Amino acid sequence: MPEPAPTRIASTSASAPPVALTVNGVPLTVAPGTTVAAAVCIAGAHARTSVSGEPRGPLCGMGICFECRVTVDGTPHRRGCQVLCAPGMDVRTS
Amino acid sequence: MSEVWDVVVAGAGIVGAACAAECAGLGLRTAVVEAAEIGGGATAAGMGHIVVMDDSPAQMALTHYSQTLWHALSPHLGPAVEYESCGTLWVAVDDQEMDEVRRKHRVYASAGITTEILDSHSLAEAEPHLRQPLAGALLVPSDGVLYPPCAAACLMEQAQHNGARLYAPRRVVFARAGTARLDDGTELHAAHIVLAGGADTVQLLPELPIRGRKGHLVITDRYPGMVRHQLVELGYLKSAHSVTTDSVAFNVQPRRTGQILIGSSRQYGAEDSAVDHEILAAMIDRTRWYLPDAGSLSAIRVWTGFRAATPDKLPLIGPWPGDETLILATGHEGLGITTSLATARLVADHLLGRKPKISIEPYLPERFSRSLAHA
Amino acid sequence: MSAHFDLVVVGAGPAGIAAAIAAARAGRSVALVDDNPAPGGQIWRHGAHLPAAARKWLVELQASSVVPFYGWRVIDHPAARLIRAESGADCTDLQYDRLILATGARERFLPFPGWTLPNVLGAGGLDAMVRGGLPIAGKRVVVAGTGPLLFAVAGHLAARGAKILAICEQAQLGHLASFARCLLSDPAKLFQGAGYMLAARGARLHTGCWPVAAAGTTQLESVTLCQGSRKWTVACDYLACGFHLAPNTELAQLLGCRTAYGFVVTDDLQRTSVTDVFCAGEPTGIGGVELALIEGQIAGLAAAGKLRDAQSLVPRRQRKLGFVAALRESCTLNPSLRNLADEDTIVCRCEDVRHAALRGRASWRDAKLHTRCGMGPCQGRICGVATEFLFAWHADSVRPPVLPAMVSSLASPGPTRNQPASLSAETAISAHSKETP
Repeated sequence: MPEPAPTRIASTSASAPPVALTVNGVPLTVAPGTTVAAAVCIAGAHARTSVSGEPRGPLCGMGICFECRVTVDGTPHRRGCQVLCAPGMDVRTS
Repeated sequence: MSEVWDVVVAGAGIVGAACAAECAGLGLRTAVVEAAEIGGGATAAGMGHIVVMDDSPAQMALTHYSQTLWHALSPHLGPAVEYESCGTLWVAVDDQEMDEVRRKHRVYASAGITTEILDSHSLAEAEPHLRQPLAGALLVPSDGVLYPPCAAACLMEQAQHNGARLYAPRRVVFARAGTARLDDGTELHAAHIVLAGGADTVQLLPELPIRGRKGHLVITDRYPGMVRHQLVELGYLKSAHSVTTDSVAFNVQPRRTGQILIGSSRQYGAEDSAVDHEILAAMIDRTRWYLPDAGSLSAIRVWTGFRAATPDKLPLIGPWPGDETLILATGHEGLGITTSLATARLVADHLLGRKPKISIEPYLPERFSRSLAHA
Repeated sequence: MSAHFDLVVVGAGPAGIAAAIAAARAGRSVALVDDNPAPGGQIWRHGAHLPAAARKWLVELQASSVVPFYGWRVIDHPAARLIRAESGADCTDLQYDRLILATGARERFLPFPGWTLPNVLGAGGLDAMVRGGLPIAGKRVVVAGTGPLLFAVAGHLAARGAKILAICEQAQLGHLASFARCLLSDPAKLFQGAGYMLAARGARLHTGCWPVAAAGTTQLESVTLCQGSRKWTVACDYLACGFHLAPNTELAQLLGCRTAYGFVVTDDLQRTSVTDVFCAGEPTGIGGVELALIEGQIAGLAAAGKLRDAQSLVPRRQRKLGFVAALRESCTLNPSLRNLADEDTIVCRCEDVRHAALRGRASWRDAKLHTRCGMGPCQGRICGVATEFLFAWHADSVRPPVLPAMVSSLASPGPTRNQPASLSAETAISAHSKETP
């Protein structure tokens, strides 16, 4: 059985340290609890390029629309809104 | 309502659409009847390969002939058809399968088809994501893939451009002696009625020796460049092959979109179109054995379909012995996309009394007439 | 990996939380599965500004014996009394005696020129992004679409320092009247609504008003709004636009639960047409948090075998049903919204299928097969809802995976078999490549 995930409640703890990651190779520090989709926006990047070449950003924010797909630590097509930033994470947009 | 045509084609899958395009292009007054979407049945469920197969001389003749017709047509296919001349790699696991690679190489050469034998190293270079080491492969560069529903639509448009009329959504409920009756009561009269309804053709001719063979496919998100050729295993030498057991084989395709299409499975007597998790799992296991990185790809959809299978694995093309106004164009099993154009050409040759480029003999429905007589 | 629970609850929004807690209290082993990294669903998404009631439920959940599977998305129902879920590169099978579906709802989006520009989001979409760390203070935001969510979002964003330039509700004022009456009959809701309005003070409410175009070079720069014959353009940083909600019924459909008018059909005790499968909250009818909490409790108690306790809550549920009808009426879309998209407007965002390619298609399946509409990773969740309104198409049947899943998750969970099936003697499934690929 998988390790049960800890239940997170409401606001993130003020004492938790900020999270350092990179977006397209550029270092970025975000508050704990920040989603990868938000981090990409903070970094000023668009999440993906559509099949006809348009820049796209998040739409639904809840894992349904797949517009915020990015490559996380080498895995493509991760939904940025459903993944929390973690220390050392390498996020790439296309 | 009652109308007179030269040809009525029942079914606008890839085979029916090809027949309609061929007939209309020759100036025959052509009507097409389709119960649902153009290319929405087995056509939509299939992989869409344009391959030469050498199971039997007759299969080789038909697939080869049809592939040359596809090559001639390919410049006229729109971008939506996604025609990709990616070639096929028949992948060999060991020396025994390499013997089969060499045998295949000779057979293709004798048919005038250039193929190339890849050793273990060149195979790894050609397809870096394949399991390593493998013994080698046979590369058939002339093979390709396309997106079948749009190929059928393209052929149907061509037919309509040449005057064919489409009745849809309409179903042929009765076809005999030059009359096709539709589900709305319309009667279409024609010298010939081409039955191109795939496995559903048995609804019009219950005595046909055709059974649906269920297959599963999986399509992934876009991973451009990960797979470069259609990949097919040669592993059958070691398998306890039987026409009655369910089976899976490693067969993946790169699509022009960058998506990867993963097959394949065959089930006999399965009538439920629901996904069968046991056979799906077996298919995936097999895929991952050959292509270990496939496991981490994102799968978007899984679907099933039914191939129109005949007992001798050859299609039924030509007049129905019991009623020569009925022309069969069905029973293509897993090769309907490839062989659709040759089928249409053979049908048209028959209608016009022309000498076909390859013999129609092996595909004539009358080969089953003895068993049919008892049916 | 696999694990067995008396009860598996899918969806950790209000309905799922209430169901899980009720069943756990009744002594059942309960797993609570949610795609999101934390419980709360969309309405109680983590972050500040949660109502006290929400905090109470979340605290209670944490104190309960409910086993959380947050960040796990359910992808398949491979066998009876079994669902398969995925998290990152992990896959697990959860076996259950009873299953409660509390899969919530998603926003309905309607295509209009420019809606694919970055920084045009759903109303709930922008709200979720802000709760996920997107800075909004000082940003100029237009909130548009329909439904009470607009006010909730405007209120929350304003509280976070956003400058709400306008709230555009497509319904005419008259259409909102019955909804307002309903709010009056329910003081808690009225208070909530007033609170949102207060927080969003300074924001101008326009009724019978909607965006007709969003513009910008690489991201949103301005929105053109229309109200009757009047049109005007507003420079802004974000457009938060959603046209009420559509229920998430895909998993219910995969399980074979009967639906009617797009919603999962249940009896008084939230039982679906499939034995031992229950459904609560928005998938049974869009009714908001309070109804979801009651339905969740009913489902949790009923699934735990506490039928009398469950039955005792049914009258409370009945009293809330008027709200569902009022909400549906007030959110009825103006038919003019069908004309928002022009021929170049992308309708299917995954595959970039434009409106012109879809006009004249006979059905959803016809469009899918010949234009690729709905063939992308959202599996038609966004464009399917839009085309239902635009063209009156109905999506076809649901097949696994119910969300995109790793290819490996379609095989049996566990270590990869080292040999192709045909090379091992014990399997009945053999290789067939002899015939055709």
